[in-house]
Amino acid sequence: MKKTGAQILCESLVKEGVEVIFGILGGAVLPIYDTFPQYPRLRHILVRHEQGAAHAADGYARVTHKAGVCIATSGPGATNLVTGIANAYMDSAPLVAITGQVATPVIGKDAFQETDITGITIPIVKHNYLVTDVAELAKTVKEAFHIAQTGRPGPVLIDIPRDVQQEQTDFVYPDKLDLPGYRVISRGHPAQIKKAAKLINESEQPVILAGRGIIISQAYDEFKEFAEKAQLPVAHTLLGLGSFPGDHILDLGMLGMHGTGCANMAVQNADLLIAVGMRFDDRATGNTREFAPNARVIHIDIDPAEIGKNITTEVPVVGDIRSVLTALNKEIERKEHVDWLSQIEQWRYEHPALEIRQSDELLPQYIVNQIYEATRGDALVVTGVGQNQMWAARYFVYTKPNSLISGGGLGPMGFELPAAIGVKVGCPEEVVWCVAGDGGFQMTIQELATITQENIAVKIAIMNNGYLGMVRQWQELFYGRRYVDTKLWNPDFVKIAEAYDIPGVRVKRREEVIPAIQRAMDYPGAFLIDFLIEPEENIYPIVPPGESLARFFEPSKPEVLEDILGTNYKMPKKSKTKFQ
Amino acid sequence: MSSTKHTLVALVEDKPGVLNRIASLFRRRAFNIQSLAVGGSEHHGLSRMTIVVVGDSAQVEQVRKQLDKLINVVKVSDITEEEMVARELALIKVKATASTRSEIMQIVDIFRANIVDVAPGSLTVEVTGDADKLDSLLGLLRDFGVREVSRTGRIALTRGSS
Repeated sequence: MKKTGAQILCESLVKEGVEVIFGILGGAVLPIYDTFPQYPRLRHILVRHEQGAAHAADGYARVTHKAGVCIATSGPGATNLVTGIANAYMDSAPLVAITGQVATPVIGKDAFQETDITGITIPIVKHNYLVTDVAELAKTVKEAFHIAQTGRPGPVLIDIPRDVQQEQTDFVYPDKLDLPGYRVISRGHPAQIKKAAKLINESEQPVILAGRGIIISQAYDEFKEFAEKAQLPVAHTLLGLGSFPGDHILDLGMLGMHGTGCANMAVQNADLLIAVGMRFDDRATGNTREFAPNARVIHIDIDPAEIGKNITTEVPVVGDIRSVLTALNKEIERKEHVDWLSQIEQWRYEHPALEIRQSDELLPQYIVNQIYEATRGDALVVTGVGQNQMWAARYFVYTKPNSLISGGGLGPMGFELPAAIGVKVGCPEEVVWCVAGDGGFQMTIQELATITQENIAVKIAIMNNGYLGMVRQWQELFYGRRYVDTKLWNPDFVKIAEAYDIPGVRVKRREEVIPAIQRAMDYPGAFLIDFLIEPEENIYPIVPPGESLARFFEPSKPEVLEDILGTNYKMPKKSKTKFQ
Repeated sequence: MSSTKHTLVALVEDKPGVLNRIASLFRRRAFNIQSLAVGGSEHHGLSRMTIVVVGDSAQVEQVRKQLDKLINVVKVSDITEEEMVARELALIKVKATASTRSEIMQIVDIFRANIVDVAPGSLTVEVTGDADKLDSLLGLLRDFGVREVSRTGRIALTRGSS
């Protein structure tokens, strides 16, 4: 029996095991939407902006380990997906983005709502397709899911002209793939694994740099065995948090610009770095010339192009993390590293990671830490970008695998709310906390409607400091405290939530924090807390841009910043004006 | 590390947009293409592309690996260090008068190039060889007045059986 392109798309999605699609419709996807009622298995979640669809699908993908699917119409619908696609690309999240396109006879004629979305997205997708023949559609969908979900995952876009959605052909879902240019190296080369093991066995001061690759590969057990067997301390990239228990004695927390003093000291003094599923992002390494000056480097990653891209590597091992670690665990020797670990304990003592300054103000660090206490770490935390993200990364202890979901590479403000929707839809049994900034929250605030319409029980904590906080912090530290256009007039977020039929509460004082969090947790549906935090609270330590990780600044050591910024620098006196 | 000229040879799927993907990758990663030539290969549906890039070996290795990640690129190798045959073709339209025509033809002969078009005021020369040979011929012909030049960029194959 012949089927239309739209039916073939839906059939193929069902074959790929898709259960949820995030999208918003428009003229060029009407034939697809018209077909949805025939496929009740495909749950469509109507978002309010295509960026929300892409971020939601991304969040869904990260927690379910299968491709998230989003759909948008041609032209502006497609271009609105771009931020979300770029984010999935940077963070290696499997995403299949489906866009409608104008009908094939008018492609290239600048038709209404025509945009060359395949051209636009080339640099931010793993692959993309413009399907001009309905006979190619099933094969294309199969390839798209395969490419998105295997190897180093990433976004794949399928652009389907409206007439192709309507044309008919026999539906045959191919069994086999024909992708001669696509190879995934899953098993590490045995000789490289032996070399890596030798370096590890010889090392006196090793540090692991744990990245999101461990989470993607779901290699939690293998990784834990690896770290424990040779007593290898673990520093995380932002997206590597949640790959290893944050309360483990070997855990150093996050490295990098806002990393813990302990992690950065360990990395800078290491004689061996074992990079596992990470890509030496500049926020993690600081100045690469001064990065870990005495360390030899082992780099384990599934993407050969990551080897040597940012850091010269002595022993690369290309392969799937789980497979490589399984092999490596057999080769490495049990070690104690007593001296090294006691040195690390000294740094941990000197730079306590969870320390919160004494203050009567409402401090965001305290709030995040109380969310951790209230959930006992048994929650998925979805963050925005900026200070809220760093506080969430630093003051929540990620003991649960894959429990931090954040736009790490691209850093898109507005990721938090739609991504939290995707995370909750993917893991309905989990408690999902969305930690937002007051700036970023307003970039995708419209998704509150999606939350209510679809009854998605996410808990929203706005770290409301009335500023674009991270930018303000940079202005404070690096631009002479000239707060140019970072001060925000904000609406009443509790009233806004109320207008969307979401209960909320405003918290101004420290003693209100725990009851508010408890109220949010006890409420069966979505709940919003607007935390009016100390407006000029900073995230510390900070490695100033371009500096070595060893030169992190923390308030107890103002001389570090004075040294970097010149003797004229004075620690600003904190404003005592309360947020109105 | 020193910057040198590298020759990359890629077997790519003959599909719409492939050239765009490759060009986009070079632009995006700030790699400079010195020349790029593409045409059919011995495989149905696959084209062979020869790309000349300038960079140190680490940069070029990064280019090669990034190219290899493109789904439409089936195989890519840096053949710079291998024994290879590399050729470029140029068409050169040179001003020619009754008095200069025979001298030009002598030069063309020495370079084992061909005259492919003769017009009252000009000759068009076709020359094949490596870039140095083309540059030398072009240098000599400049004295007569070169009107137009079109060069293909390098195409290359490794020598021998592999």
